[in-house]
Amino acid sequence: MNLTLKVWRQKHSQVPGHFETHEARGVSEDMSFLEMLDVVNESIIEQGKDPIAFDSDCREGICGMCSLVINGVPHGGHRGTATCQLHMRHFKDGDTITIEPWRAKAFPVIRDLVTNRSAFDRIIQAGGFVSVSTGGAPDGNALPVPKEAADRSMDAAACIGCGACVAVCKNASAMLFVAAKVSHLNLLPQGKPEKDRRALAMVKQMDAEGFGNCTVTGSCEAVCPKEISLNFIAKLNRDYGVAALKGK
Amino acid sequence: MPLDAKIPSGPLAQKWDKHRFDLKLVNPANKRRFDILVVGSGLAGASAAATLAELGYKVKCFCFQDSPRRAHSIAAQGGINAAKNYPNDGDSIYRLFYDTIKGGDYRAREANVYRLAQVSNNIMDQCVAQGVPFAREYGGFLANRSFGGAQVSRTFYARGQTGQQLLLGAYQALSRQVGLGAVKMYSRTEMLDVVVVDGHAKGIIVRDLVTGEISAHAGDAVVLATGGYGNVFFLSTNAKGSNATAIWRAYKKGAYLANPCYTQIHPTCIPVSGDHQSKLTLMSESLRNDGRVWVPKRKEDCGKAASAIPEDARDYYLERKYPSFGNLAPRDISSRAAKEACDAGRGVGPGGRGVYLDFADAIQRLGEDVIRARYGNLFDMYEKITGENAYQNPMRIYPAVHYTMGGTWVDYNLMSTIPGLFVIGEANFSDHGANRLGASALMQGLADGYFVLPYTIGNYFATAKAPKPSTSHAEFKKALGDTDALMKRLLSIKGKRTATSLHRELGKLLWEKCGMARNDAGLKEALKRIPELREEFWSNLMVPGENGELNQALEYAWRVADFMELAELLCVDALHRRESCGGHFREEFQTSEGEAQRDDENFSYVAAWEYKGQGNAPALHKEPLVYDEVHMSTRSYK
Repeated sequence: MNLTLKVWRQKHSQVPGHFETHEARGVSEDMSFLEMLDVVNESIIEQGKDPIAFDSDCREGICGMCSLVINGVPHGGHRGTATCQLHMRHFKDGDTITIEPWRAKAFPVIRDLVTNRSAFDRIIQAGGFVSVSTGGAPDGNALPVPKEAADRSMDAAACIGCGACVAVCKNASAMLFVAAKVSHLNLLPQGKPEKDRRALAMVKQMDAEGFGNCTVTGSCEAVCPKEISLNFIAKLNRDYGVAALKGK
Repeated sequence: MPLDAKIPSGPLAQKWDKHRFDLKLVNPANKRRFDILVVGSGLAGASAAATLAELGYKVKCFCFQDSPRRAHSIAAQGGINAAKNYPNDGDSIYRLFYDTIKGGDYRAREANVYRLAQVSNNIMDQCVAQGVPFAREYGGFLANRSFGGAQVSRTFYARGQTGQQLLLGAYQALSRQVGLGAVKMYSRTEMLDVVVVDGHAKGIIVRDLVTGEISAHAGDAVVLATGGYGNVFFLSTNAKGSNATAIWRAYKKGAYLANPCYTQIHPTCIPVSGDHQSKLTLMSESLRNDGRVWVPKRKEDCGKAASAIPEDARDYYLERKYPSFGNLAPRDISSRAAKEACDAGRGVGPGGRGVYLDFADAIQRLGEDVIRARYGNLFDMYEKITGENAYQNPMRIYPAVHYTMGGTWVDYNLMSTIPGLFVIGEANFSDHGANRLGASALMQGLADGYFVLPYTIGNYFATAKAPKPSTSHAEFKKALGDTDALMKRLLSIKGKRTATSLHRELGKLLWEKCGMARNDAGLKEALKRIPELREEFWSNLMVPGENGELNQALEYAWRVADFMELAELLCVDALHRRESCGGHFREEFQTSEGEAQRDDENFSYVAAWEYKGQGNAPALHKEPLVYDEVHMSTRSYK
């Protein structure tokens, strides 16, 4: 199939960007979206021009590095699918596809479709861990974890930190990301001792990074490639409220 | 220089304990005076950086991704082994050790493997304490499953995302130290050279991938945790960015590279769909617990739908050939069996390069819900990529390059032949011999990072007494100059071919001549063509843009430049090893039944290659493998 791409080009964060039109010819339906971009880039490089910069690494939907807004929807709008796993069989010959970077103040553009998501790392550094140093951990079976708790924790821990939740949110809120991380640890007995301070510290850092507030519209859950549930935001609000009331 | 692995004396089971006592310690108050540069932030790098910082060392950690959480350990699916024997099925440290030695086709060091099995239990405890949400039984205790090459259930897992969860555990520990100011993290930063001062590794040269700035960092020791070199084949299950630059640069500075021909071809990957293919996706080996591998008995049936082929016209070839291990035969054996079936014209799918992995029996026995709970994310992934529903039709799979057992030679302390340069995780060669068993990579990465390196590196500091130079030292200036010159050279060729097209050509050549099966003539041909291709790379490469900006084409070309050299050493090693063992299968050396035929008399050694300068043949150093505990036998999974 042949496609027309309208791609956001921006040399770096200090200069304004613009849309550039590229033709993608002979695209096979078995290609992934990123492989289609690879093919377009090959021809751009052969002409000695700057290829379209975009992030990707594992290309199997788990590292969270890929990050494109495709036709206005982060990751392209197929349930539970990251951009790297979106295949061209979902498009048809003659389509025009708009491709933009994540748009959020806290994720400044580095170049073209590449953004800086280090704010997420700083939120984790503020409290997204269990304070246990290597060595001296008790036997793995010393502390039974109810299966339901382990399963729910895993549901939250599946977050890949891609930032689609922020990119789609009208407020550029990072609540789903923070909720997933707080819940992953707060649901487990291993995470209990730091439950309160974790919720407070991570939310504080989230605010400091310039993410917006959550108005629970749920678009984050809809685009999340790991289908992280909005219920975790309710849990975060509860954990945060309890911690705040305790005055910690 | 004699190759001394520094294996401690004494009985196997006591070597590590004895060694830990013999290692010199660094006073807690003195630890903060040592700077350690950790390159890579996967399971090995993140666990090492976190643990070293917890001990009080000053750590800098570098990764090329935008966050340390994205290192490719994250993609490991199936699980991690530990000799806990929770299921009471006969497991023990000794059995895990034995299985790993045997699985590696008797080409790994006994002492290293035994230590790995010993610390496997500590790893599990550590990860649980970090809040890794492992699968649990209803009683709240940890669940296990079986994996290839073992007859006990010793694999712990977190759905099909075990690597992700273990990496997040290590990343959390690392993040805690970053938050405490004990680790300084450099993301989007690629290491391009090692700096050796007075014979000791004392620094690295890195490039900031966003600004293009090339800078030097000095330290008291350098730790490479940069993963394997599987991407030399272009198509592999590695991430797009995974590269061999760090270990290759170390090799050129004097760190021997061991057993590069030991490459693992994983039997269960999604087949290639066309020339556009940029990488291959693994379907976890755990699927072989419930899936049955088969091809049609008759060539004529290959074009038919799977459902139209009756039971008696199917060849469940793993169950037929290896009745006691069946579908759980080790990876090298399963991969070769798939190739054999396809070579015989009985492959399925486009191009006949595929075999079925069928869940119909398991679904009938256990119900679709149970299978969905066990492997749901893998079935979803399969459907996204192929557009097919594996609950209704069997999956199509084919072997693909997955892991490299070879890597930088290290001694028992994980130190390379350059003092002060430590290499951990997949980047070293140490524990898997000629073939790695499933669920052992996560175990090794974390063993090295959490429980081995933190002990052994202190001994180096306490005994070497090699002061840290400043980055104004002449060696740093020279390395900076060399790196800068290489960058300018890559940018100045302005030829006609992209790095991708040259890399793809290299990969295809290697896959054909040095892939699942190798022979003398093919390897010699590859050794003739690789230099030609490298010549073309350096004369006809097109890298657009400049250095002072995010330039992904430049990053990539730089990595390919090193693959172009490493590929040659890979073939040299494969040609010299005139035997078949594990992942290295030489067609000339096989039994009448087509199984790998080792030559223990002549090849029971680690082949460590020393760089001898551009245009010169590398020198071979042999580390003999001595088996005191295990009797070397022909592997049998029948």
